[in-house]
Amino acid sequence: MKKEPESDRRKFILNMARGVGIATLSGFIWSAYVDEAKASQLTLRPPGALKEEDFLKTCIKCGLCVEACPYDTLLLAKPGDDKPLGTPYFIPRDVPCYMCTDIPCVPVCPTEALDKNSLMTDGKLDINIADMGVAVIDDQSCIAFWGIQCDACYRACPILGEAITVEYSKNERTGKHAFLKPIVHADKCTGCGMCEQACVTEKAAIFVLPREVALGRAGDYYIKGWDKDDEKRLKNAKEIKTTTEISKRKAQDKLNGDFLEDMY
Amino acid sequence: MKTLWNNYRYLILRRISQISILVLYFGANAWGWKILQGNLSSSKILGLIPMSDPYAVLQMLFAGAVLAGDLLLGVAIIVVFYMLIGGRAFCSWVCPINMITDLANYLREKTGINKVKGIKQPASRNLRYWVLGLSLIISTLMGVAAFEFISPISMVHRGIVFGLGFGWAAMLVIFLFDLFVLKNGWCGHICPLGGFYSIIGRFSLIRVHHDAEKCTGCMDCKVVCPENQVLSMINKESLPVLSGECTNCARCIEVCNDDALGFSIKNLSKNNKTGE
Repeated sequence: MKKEPESDRRKFILNMARGVGIATLSGFIWSAYVDEAKASQLTLRPPGALKEEDFLKTCIKCGLCVEACPYDTLLLAKPGDDKPLGTPYFIPRDVPCYMCTDIPCVPVCPTEALDKNSLMTDGKLDINIADMGVAVIDDQSCIAFWGIQCDACYRACPILGEAITVEYSKNERTGKHAFLKPIVHADKCTGCGMCEQACVTEKAAIFVLPREVALGRAGDYYIKGWDKDDEKRLKNAKEIKTTTEISKRKAQDKLNGDFLEDMY
Repeated sequence: MKTLWNNYRYLILRRISQISILVLYFGANAWGWKILQGNLSSSKILGLIPMSDPYAVLQMLFAGAVLAGDLLLGVAIIVVFYMLIGGRAFCSWVCPINMITDLANYLREKTGINKVKGIKQPASRNLRYWVLGLSLIISTLMGVAAFEFISPISMVHRGIVFGLGFGWAAMLVIFLFDLFVLKNGWCGHICPLGGFYSIIGRFSLIRVHHDAEKCTGCMDCKVVCPENQVLSMINKESLPVLSGECTNCARCIEVCNDDALGFSIKNLSKNNKTGE
């Protein structure tokens, strides 16, 4: 083999170093952008969508669900929509999900990012178990909480009487009238957003948020009183040992030891 | 008229192919046509035959996605298809960006930007393989298909089919970049999808073949070629273009006045090599 002149070797090393430099720089910028772009939490997905993290991995952004939607509910995120680019979403205040019983948007998904199996009850597609989000009521701006009789959201709800119920209570302010307050039941609500679209206030007082955003989690340490079944959850609870200054020693030792020493 | 057809026949066919594919996709979303639904990332022919972008699926695999059966079938169909007709035939016969970069290149030639002396091409054509590798690393680290988040191809294509948004900015950036910064900049240097199809194209059957006996060495083909490094055999040897980076755009065949270039199938070329 011929020996390469040194200048060529230098050039090669320099070129490699340049490549690594540019790759690192662009790699960081690229990663930072991707990280920002996927951080948008408030995106409502079509029915049957996987958990957001897995959904972003799996969705190939083909728009077949958008084309299958007969109501133009679903949109494909464009640059400028501030949503992960190319992924399907919907804005219920504009067009809610009308909860088609045959769920045309789901079986067309080629990647199973919209998972048919998550919408099956007894081997049949069941839109009522969909989980696109959960409706949340702002009781400050909901006029039913002012005492005005409005049940627009209750009437609009496709699972009327289950996902939203109306609760009667006395209006203490006037002393003579009743409140007819809408209550959302998160375990039944599919997040279709028909209530949000129907809401009469200027900016909807009932609106859909992704479940992860809207709901808290009590954990397994708290159980309902007088409920034998709920006690079973305690089994899942793992022991947590909290050590503080006082709990380092047994209570007895503490009382007989340091405490007395401190006294005298 | 006949010479016009003769000089631009493949270009005209390519534009028809590119535009009719766009129209079919657009019609599927706008008017519910069933011929070609979805977009270039994944689609269905007649609601039946799946097709999926193998590079997008590769990124998904690196991101840790569970791949569905339909998707893999779509990938297989596309890979086999382009292995037959030439990997980067996607670039010149399907990809909508090609029309933008061809326009930029046409203007470069017309305005004489290409002939300004002392101007160097400031980047290597191997950059695309670096971008390809980088996209897979970032897909792994971030858990999403990284190039699909920034791909101007998808942005433009999706934009035309589903609504553009700020997608026009991607078009403008690529146009200006190719016009003023780097000749064949996007398609010939950076695009990792082009890089990916270059790798597939190494195995493809349909190739441009060169007949050095007939060649007069005018080098018109090298001027018009968007990847002219693949034409290294011109006026030297009767060889087919073997590099996967050839897009099978056939511009070289059209501009050749000596009938020294033409499409053929790769296996026949071996006979050529041995003097038939």
